Amino acid sequence: MIQFPVVNLGGILPALILCIAGLVVMLACLFVKRGTVTVAAIMSAIGILAAGAANSPLRVLNETAFSGLVSLDPYSWFFNFLILIATGLTVLASVRYLSDDEPGAYEYFVLLLFSGAGMMFMVSGNHLLTIFVGLETLSISIYVLAGIIPKNPKSSEAALKYLILGGFSSGIFLYGAALLYGSAGSTGLPALTEYFKAGTFGPMALAGMGLLAIGFAFKVSAVPFHMWTPDVYEGAPTPITGFMSVGVKAAAFAAFVRVFFDALGELQVNWTEILWVLAALTMILGNLAAIVQDNIKRMLAYSSIAHAGYILIGMVAGTELGTAGVLYYLLAYTFTNIGAFGVVALVGSKREANVHIDDYRGLAKSNPLLALVMSIFLFSLAGIPPTAGFVGKFAIFSAAIAQGYIWLVVIGALTSAASVYYYFRVVMKMYMEVPETTPARLEFSPSMILALGIAVIGVVYIGIFPTTYLNLALESVKPLF
Amino acid sequence: MINSYLPILVILLVSAFIGLAIIVLSTLLSRKNPTPIKLMPYECGMDPIGGARRRFSVRFFIIGMLFIVFDIELMFLFPWAVVYDQLMIFGFIEMLVFVLVLLAGLIYVWKKGALEWQ
Amino acid sequence: MTDLVWLIPVFPLIGFLINGLFTRKLPEKAIGWIGSLSVGASFVVAVLIFLEVLGMEPGSRSVQKIVYTWILSGDLSVPIGFLIDPLSLVMMLVVSGVGFIIHVYSIGYMHGETGFRRYFAYLNLFVFNMLILVSANNFLLLFVGWEGVGLCSYLLIGYYYEKKSAADAGKKAFVVNRVGDFGFLVGMFLIFITFGTFDFTQVFSEATAKLTQGGLMVTGITLLLFLGATGKSAQIPLYTWLPDAMEGPTPVSALIHAATMVTAGVYMVARCSVLFAMAPVSMTTVAVIGGATAFYAATIGMTQFDIKRVLAYSTISQLGYMFMACGVGAFASGIFHLMTHAFFKALLFMAAGSVMHAMAGELDMRKMGNLRHKLPQTHWTYLFGTLAIAGIFPFAGFFSKDEILFYSFERHMGFWILGALAAIMTSYYMFRSVFMTFYGKSRVEADVAHHLHESPPIMTVPLMILAGLSLVGGLVGIPIIQGWHVFGDFLSPVFAPATAILTSNAHGAAHHSLALELILMGMSLAIAVGGLLFARYMYIVDPAAPDRVISRIPEIHQLVYNKYWVDQLYDILFVNSIVKFSRFLWKAFDDAVVDGIVNGLARLTRGFGGVLRQLQSGLVKDYALSIMVGVVVIIGYLVLR
Repeated sequence: MIQFPVVNLGGILPALILCIAGLVVMLACLFVKRGTVTVAAIMSAIGILAAGAANSPLRVLNETAFSGLVSLDPYSWFFNFLILIATGLTVLASVRYLSDDEPGAYEYFVLLLFSGAGMMFMVSGNHLLTIFVGLETLSISIYVLAGIIPKNPKSSEAALKYLILGGFSSGIFLYGAALLYGSAGSTGLPALTEYFKAGTFGPMALAGMGLLAIGFAFKVSAVPFHMWTPDVYEGAPTPITGFMSVGVKAAAFAAFVRVFFDALGELQVNWTEILWVLAALTMILGNLAAIVQDNIKRMLAYSSIAHAGYILIGMVAGTELGTAGVLYYLLAYTFTNIGAFGVVALVGSKREANVHIDDYRGLAKSNPLLALVMSIFLFSLAGIPPTAGFVGKFAIFSAAIAQGYIWLVVIGALTSAASVYYYFRVVMKMYMEVPETTPARLEFSPSMILALGIAVIGVVYIGIFPTTYLNLALESVKPLF
Repeated sequence: MINSYLPILVILLVSAFIGLAIIVLSTLLSRKNPTPIKLMPYECGMDPIGGARRRFSVRFFIIGMLFIVFDIELMFLFPWAVVYDQLMIFGFIEMLVFVLVLLAGLIYVWKKGALEWQ
Repeated sequence: MTDLVWLIPVFPLIGFLINGLFTRKLPEKAIGWIGSLSVGASFVVAVLIFLEVLGMEPGSRSVQKIVYTWILSGDLSVPIGFLIDPLSLVMMLVVSGVGFIIHVYSIGYMHGETGFRRYFAYLNLFVFNMLILVSANNFLLLFVGWEGVGLCSYLLIGYYYEKKSAADAGKKAFVVNRVGDFGFLVGMFLIFITFGTFDFTQVFSEATAKLTQGGLMVTGITLLLFLGATGKSAQIPLYTWLPDAMEGPTPVSALIHAATMVTAGVYMVARCSVLFAMAPVSMTTVAVIGGATAFYAATIGMTQFDIKRVLAYSTISQLGYMFMACGVGAFASGIFHLMTHAFFKALLFMAAGSVMHAMAGELDMRKMGNLRHKLPQTHWTYLFGTLAIAGIFPFAGFFSKDEILFYSFERHMGFWILGALAAIMTSYYMFRSVFMTFYGKSRVEADVAHHLHESPPIMTVPLMILAGLSLVGGLVGIPIIQGWHVFGDFLSPVFAPATAILTSNAHGAAHHSLALELILMGMSLAIAVGGLLFARYMYIVDPAAPDRVISRIPEIHQLVYNKYWVDQLYDILFVNSIVKFSRFLWKAFDDAVVDGIVNGLARLTRGFGGVLRQLQSGLVKDYALSIMVGVVVIIGYLVLR
């Protein structure tokens, strides 16, 4: 007799809605003659809002579904919202970036929605296979999105590089999963927990764990698995770069934390030292390399590498507070970085013409409000109070200090002090320098204004009133401990 | 444990022997009258001369990929059909969803003109 | 009223927001008064709170007001609150009061500048951050203000950003301060590890229980905190940014780089008096660095011709005094000097600004002279400031400086000698600047001379107010007579725990001898007058003397010998050797060593970044190789370990 799995469609409804919305946009826009981009964006936004509405009641759940393949808990709930925010803001920031007559104009939104759905499966995966399928769903969409600018060799190069190296890292991840399966006889996270609790594991299991860590480290762009990041971030369309830097990173960290705290929690002593080294390398290299960048997208790419280092500190700390710090940091980073890349997209214009930091000269004169908003994002990236970026760093650093990782925090503090230099360089260009040529008029669209408005309010609001969100993060990580 | 692999070893040896035997026998027994044409590698009906890295039309790949997608759909339908009587309504809906999703894709590629050769 | 303490920083913040966002269309006057009155309102609130606190019992004059719990999550709790105690009240009054006066002065001084609105917005933002810094009830909030004032200082130094030197000076201040901030940050971490909290009252009350007297931890914490203070307050070795900071508008120099921000380090050390008292090594370090800076900066001050640079080195030197006071355990005297210094140094800077205003931006004192008739009010107020800083009775500086010298003497004779030498040099170079600017022969260039004019009342009235404060400000701290040292008695509850620790360490507290106190007082007065007379000799009586001394023509020795044997002594002891030495220090050490280190660090970082860029070849195979190397190392480590 065939065993039917427990079907809990309500539990994965947010992801399902994104999938359906993607299909609907894909089909409907075939028959739209004019304004396809606007129509696609509006439909996507509706889909995302609906998914958000479907997600809200899920916080109370604490169960697994589909034969233990997905786990529905506050942790998934938190990340579902985070992904919806990231996807939604990216949709808003992308409208003016695309034109109706270019190929791939509305497929852009379809792929965005599919990758959002993939992320959701990844964060709620309770089984290495679910996580892998989610990872691939989001990755394949992103490979295409990175190369979606027509007739742009940089964009195509980015897509191809990301595809090749992404495939490479997926292979490593799968190999790790296979080794774990070979040891434990299952790739379900609860089964792995049981296996490691028993304490009879050999080097094969450890190697499997190491390969999994590398697979995740690639996706979050930790040093030395970061090399693709600057090239891909530079070549991809700017809103997509923003989406990659927060969405992919958040989903990868979510799965990283869940797998390593839930399934591999017993091996904490083993992986902590590796993550310690990765975090230190990532912070040092990311920040130092960012200092010499003149292209703002590359600079933000290295900055995003550096931020992965800070987030890894939260994992190294290993406590509830540390992981809650990771969640909060990712939330803060979502608002901040999508906002920053939104401004870069706005200034850079469609053809990515103005992405040198000298193009920001005198922005405060020509667009004072935009310069202010950008400064707030940069302050948050630099971790200057009262922005959200500060609270995130503070939460993570203090959790690490409480566990005695003083040197790691010293490296973090030192490098983030150095990071102020390159963030402020942009602020200085905006406020204290005069452009050599008259700057091009920027094309503001209502949706971009909305996106930047939400992002800046988010950065400031959760920076000034962080308590609610930190507690939310703290409750969300409870299922892992 | 290792015993269960024995038949495989036997098959390996037997097939290797038969293959070798045919080659050796035909070399020993046949009459040899080589010409350049005869020495060419054999490919059914096609002219074997020319660069191997020929450019194919990109449409070939698109059609090829679409073929694989629907081929796999078919692969899934076979086992499903075998146990259909046990799956009942649940299985029917599951497969309906699967087929509909692929149908959406088909409509998309059709409308986009990916099935036209021009 | 104490419930309304949050209003004190909020008013300038409102001013900043209004001026930053809305007043594009308004006339200058309105912008200026919005900025000024917002600070004035803070001052009024501070005064009202001060009056209320005065009504309380001296022992219970410490009130904490938690306004809002910023972060509260798990073990993590960061309440935002204000600590109202005599120390923070003094600071709030000084910052908002002097700040208000300088704002008003700026309306006149900045008249017609293109970035008028930006200037007032930044200035208000600065006052907001400074008030946060001094009223915070925990280290974290203090650090927020600490970084905030640094940011505003950077923005205001680079105010004339079209000028390369100004932009560079801003950058230099920023870079140098980060070194100090790093120390401060690590010190804060260590405090958090030890106490699990950032709260002042909790940290200081548990200090004796959780830290060992003179132990490694408390010494480390205090030395790191002090490193932060040397950055912000421009002490050896991190002082170099302050003279360059004079590139900013003069009222900014008055407010930020003389009266308030640079004293933040002193405030922080005084706030942590308990911790410092527990670490004798740190105390000695603070005192030695402070004394050395006071002396060192004074020697440089004697050789400068740029009037603002003279004042800048003088500020460094006076800050050194304050640290020396803290280092010898006389925290209240340090704060007392901080307050009087805020009055007279702000006054001196603004008077110098008034001179600049009249002289079309000229700063070189060699091109001034005999301005006292053309600028009578500026002259009188500058003179008042000079009398105060030189320590002439009964001006404010006399009382505060004398107190510091007295406590230094009690601690160790060496500190007193350093302080006394610095004092005589202070008196000398300050009167030198008076004489060069306002007396003697006019060396003003012709085209500047004919439109010399006194500044408008909006600038001179603030000068007069500060001149009045420089005259009477010291009277709140009259020594010797019991109960007349109102200021010290007001502050004493704050420093009582630190004093208790210090006296329990010193076996048998030093005996206050009235005679000794009077003798030292007489000596400080003599020192001040001596400096005055010497400067008068050099620049009024014999205006050619300085040139001769500096050019070191041999006949001069003869000439000087014939007039006064003291002159020859000075010549050998001070002018010749010290001018040379201080010039050497200024040139060689400042420019070569310290700047070299700063620039070198920056170059090193950039260079390293360049190497990284080489690795980023753009080839996928290299990237894959990097991944493989990572895989091999990690798996190898895990499996083979």
